[in-house]
Amino acid sequence: MSAAFAETGLPSRKLEAWKYTDLRPLAALAPAPAPEIVDTAALAADLPPLPGPRLVFVNGRRAASLSVPPPADMVADLATEGDPARFAPAPLAALNTQFAQDGAAIHVPAGHDAGTLALVHLTIAEDAAPVFVHPRHRIALAQGATLTLIEYAGGRGVYWQNPVVEIVLAPGATLRHVRIQAEDRESFHTATIFVDLLAGARYDAFTLGLGARLARSETHARLGGAGAIAHLAAVQLLRGTQHGDITSVVAHDAPGCASRQTVKNVVDGHARAVFQGRIEVARAAQKTDGYQMSQALLLSPDAEIDCKPELEIFADDVKCSHGATIGALDPEQLFYLRARGIPEAAARAMLVRAFLAEAIEAVSDDAARTLLVRAIDAWWEGAR
Amino acid sequence: MLEIRDLSASIDGKPILNGIDLVVPTGEVHAIMGPNGSGKSTLSYILAGREGYAVTGGEVRLDGVDLLTLAPEERAAAGLFLAFQYPVELPGVGNANFLRTALNATRRARGESDLDAVQFLKLARAALRDLAMADDMLKRNVNVGFSGGEKKRNEVLQMAILKPKFAILDETDSGLDIDALKIVAGGVNALRGPGFSALVITHYQRLLDHIVPDRVHVLAGGRILRSGGPELARALEESGYAALGLEAVSEDTAAMAAP
Repeated sequence: MSAAFAETGLPSRKLEAWKYTDLRPLAALAPAPAPEIVDTAALAADLPPLPGPRLVFVNGRRAASLSVPPPADMVADLATEGDPARFAPAPLAALNTQFAQDGAAIHVPAGHDAGTLALVHLTIAEDAAPVFVHPRHRIALAQGATLTLIEYAGGRGVYWQNPVVEIVLAPGATLRHVRIQAEDRESFHTATIFVDLLAGARYDAFTLGLGARLARSETHARLGGAGAIAHLAAVQLLRGTQHGDITSVVAHDAPGCASRQTVKNVVDGHARAVFQGRIEVARAAQKTDGYQMSQALLLSPDAEIDCKPELEIFADDVKCSHGATIGALDPEQLFYLRARGIPEAAARAMLVRAFLAEAIEAVSDDAARTLLVRAIDAWWEGAR
Repeated sequence: MLEIRDLSASIDGKPILNGIDLVVPTGEVHAIMGPNGSGKSTLSYILAGREGYAVTGGEVRLDGVDLLTLAPEERAAAGLFLAFQYPVELPGVGNANFLRTALNATRRARGESDLDAVQFLKLARAALRDLAMADDMLKRNVNVGFSGGEKKRNEVLQMAILKPKFAILDETDSGLDIDALKIVAGGVNALRGPGFSALVITHYQRLLDHIVPDRVHVLAGGRILRSGGPELARALEESGYAALGLEAVSEDTAAMAAP
């Protein structure tokens, strides 16, 4: 990627949607396309423990040696052209369209419960110049179909991972989407997810972000059919000088839909968390039930959270609410634990886990939940 | 043996304790009574190491160990236990996980090995039975949605499981009906023996009918003003503090005692 392209292609902070997240350090990196890793089998130890079908991508290319393919009828042709109107508010998705090489196209037939499928991204940029990867996935669930999709992103070195996931849920379809971003602390991770829900469809997303030097997870959900439900839950754990941004835009275009945006941020050191949540209610979307909540636990005096709720409502019979809480650990709770002999560091860890417990317990898939708990434990171990 | 020598402390520059001398020999249970604002809870918090108090003089030793220089968890490791007057709620922390973490931290401090989940459950269920508590208490979040009486029983459950050398019970009787009071007292009495001592802070003689103390001390104005046998508690119950020449302190002072 040339320097000139980086300057014009990356959104600047002059754009309202990018006011709190500055991509200039990424532009300065001037990454190049990630080279192919030939010996992918040697990376088996880097894989998270995910039983069942999984598609593994190494430096953006499908690694057959590490993958456990799903049934053939679930894999469709990948289309990477994208919908220009849909992509307009997401400049990084347009960049992905320009550079995308590989990805998964998953189709679940009508009425079929496809169980759990994992998409794993490993990016290896060791001993090399900074690289970029633009994975492109498309997930389509036909009427009444069900799938649990676990996405995991990790790697080593200095790289930029810029995935786009397009999701279409036909009437009555249910997708549970668990995303774990555990990238190298030197890396950049910017994900854009588009979700289209038709009548009665349900999208349950849980995003855990604890890696990367700078990360943004941006979801655009459109509730286009009556009675659709979208729950976008996210947890960010940030420390050092990490920057983590959870942005979501939920468009209620049909009546009687419900949406939840719930974010829990744990911020330590000089790290900075961002939550931007937007609810758009079209004139036709009567009886909309929209809810948005950002909670932040600041563990150090230099930790920062920026919350920006936006509600744009054109219908007159709706229920929309938003809230934000920001606090430190409760000294009374900390003292209670310590008075029972629990050392301070362990007591703090216990209270942070308690802060996250409700969000983690809501993840119904056992393998995904175990992986989340492991990732959070590893984050704590690294904090010491 | 707990030795408190000439202990003085203040909150925000205001003196609360004014030279407390108190010795609780190993194996004995002592009671502290006193009017509101006399410094009873301040004393218990300072012993346990809560922040927000300035110790301005004196010392506290448990079996020779200087407690005041230790962190709260180190005091617990040294064998000290405070049953809180107002146990805090810990949403998201399961009671079983909390109790096991605390027990294993205590065991490690004693040089003992951790208990695994099965060993812990066996021990915890036995302790629950002794205190007439339901097993589902372990599944609930610590003190969340507990009644006042359940919170106090949960304190005594923790004490029964942690088996401290020295326990401070800060108004553990408040909020308990008579049946719960007997159960809680039974929990304390079960620990009594040559290796255990306790300081029972209470307003009422009622608790001391069930946990009969070796000595009773009257705290007022941040000092021990009188000490005696169990009969002193009964005398106080009958005639009040004023009859003993002890003025109840003003509401202002009482308010200051709670940080």
